[in-house]
Amino acid sequence: MSSHEYTPSSKFGKWFNDRLPLLTLANHLTDYPTPKNLNYWWTFGGILTFCLITQIITGLVLAMHYIAHADLAFGSVEHIMRDVNYGWLIRYVHANGASMFFLAVYIHIFRALYYGSYKSPREIIWIIGMLIYFLMMATAFLGYVLPWGQMSFWGATVITNLFSAIPLVGESITHWLWGGYSVDNPTLTRFFSLHYLFPFLILGLVILHIWALHVPGNNNPIGIDIKKPSNDTVPFHPYIVIKDIFALLIFLIIFAFFVFFSPNILGHSDNYIEANPLVTPAHIVPEWYLLPFYAILRSIPDKLLGVIAMFAAIFVLVILPWLDTSKVRSALFRPIYKQFYWFLVADVLILGYMGAMPAEGIYLLIARVATAYYFIHFLVILPILGRKERTLNVPLSITEPVLGGMPNPSMAKAKSDKVKINSLG
Amino acid sequence: MSDSDKKKPNRRDFILTATTAAGAVGVGAAVWPLIDQMNPDASVKALASTEVDISSVQPGQSITVLWRGKPVFIKHRTPEEIEEARKVDLKELKHPEKDEDRAKKPEWLVTLGICTHLGCVPLTNKGDYEGGWFCPCHGSHYDTSGRIRSGPAPTNLEIPEYTFVDSNTIKIG
Repeated sequence: MSSHEYTPSSKFGKWFNDRLPLLTLANHLTDYPTPKNLNYWWTFGGILTFCLITQIITGLVLAMHYIAHADLAFGSVEHIMRDVNYGWLIRYVHANGASMFFLAVYIHIFRALYYGSYKSPREIIWIIGMLIYFLMMATAFLGYVLPWGQMSFWGATVITNLFSAIPLVGESITHWLWGGYSVDNPTLTRFFSLHYLFPFLILGLVILHIWALHVPGNNNPIGIDIKKPSNDTVPFHPYIVIKDIFALLIFLIIFAFFVFFSPNILGHSDNYIEANPLVTPAHIVPEWYLLPFYAILRSIPDKLLGVIAMFAAIFVLVILPWLDTSKVRSALFRPIYKQFYWFLVADVLILGYMGAMPAEGIYLLIARVATAYYFIHFLVILPILGRKERTLNVPLSITEPVLGGMPNPSMAKAKSDKVKINSLG
Repeated sequence: MSDSDKKKPNRRDFILTATTAAGAVGVGAAVWPLIDQMNPDASVKALASTEVDISSVQPGQSITVLWRGKPVFIKHRTPEEIEEARKVDLKELKHPEKDEDRAKKPEWLVTLGICTHLGCVPLTNKGDYEGGWFCPCHGSHYDTSGRIRSGPAPTNLEIPEYTFVDSNTIKIG
């Protein structure tokens, strides 16, 4: 990083920067050396930042019109849809924005899995990312309860009842979460409060996530350590900024399609029926982005073990940097891992589909096999594969394979050292 | 470690430990109200009992009433259903309980209408057991005594506290 050498050009800038180095920070962010081979899978960090800010702004506006009370919430959401100027637009952006947020985060996570972005020295970035993902799921669940429709109410009932599986204190914990003996008005008001809080916690974690990223710098498609700055890097601005904006615009086309042409396709029609504690909908399903975990929960016949398996499914991701024993990051140079990677993608998609189907017969059987495979992938295949797999030769630099290679590694090293000297000079 | 590091705790160490301990107690005392405010409040607890008139419920019928925000099933069982519930071998049951212990008066079964799996409301007179319940969420079957017979639910439908105020009135809670 060359940012510590930065001096603002104007006298006022220098005066200000000596007291609060905001301009140094801005300079670091624009000059930040980025691997020049980053592909479009790397644009989702920027897209996710956009999603978070969109959710915060639309949520802030919705909170001006929404009423967190069991008798009034459902009506106030319809009031937003029918009476508030552009209320329909803001609510549809917020509701579909949650789905878009998860779509982007899943691509972001699976990119990290493919290119080994979670490996040393990026474990902390990965763990903070998993915390963000977990908070996102909690926030999405809390938000889904607020319209106080049938799916809101029964989704809240089923999810809070997960805690009743805890031995001895389970019942006290659920009563504490509810503020009563069932999901009711006290539950709604606290869910609203927490739904307002969590996005700001996510924002704080996002800042830590980016901070931790800027220490080692970005991973890249060939997964090698690169010298920064060097022939292998470009400044973040304008190269990555323009690329990120272009990708964001494509993403916004898809986002706009959902908002304007099928705003309810990702929701459930039962949520347009007001909450009724006496009638459970025939088929309770969570939002699509939680379905794989729901399938894992239901595939275990024991209540407590089902809950443990569901949380373990997230926890194995947290400890992934230590489960994957391979030193080679990118799947491009791991021919066998690459195949298992796509098995895992298929497995998670199958789990998602099974989570949407009734838990019986063939669906239950497939969900059980897919649940077992999910854990086998992380707990058995990855640790063994890292030791047994014969990886391909990893290039020494990003330019090496393009320029026909430097067969003598010491020459390549000498060259990149020279580059470093040049750039410092 | 050198000998000087192993010296006996002196007055400063004592003061530091005592201050930290007092501080921890203070933080705990300040945090507890913030946690306890989420527990059921006085207005919720005040609604803790409900009286129900059961004079119009005919044998074979079942009604659902709301108690503490939860549904409660009050089922007027027929003699056949009572016999059915009582002749079951306890060894067949996942959560063995005698029907005699689940109903104060054999013809009246009072249970929470909440599946013990994840809290859905089971459907009355549905499922594999005649006069029993079936939970549509995750497929638990309960018999005519509200006992779990198959599916993921771990225990029988819970029996709330209730008393017969007179022959036509049940007080739940």
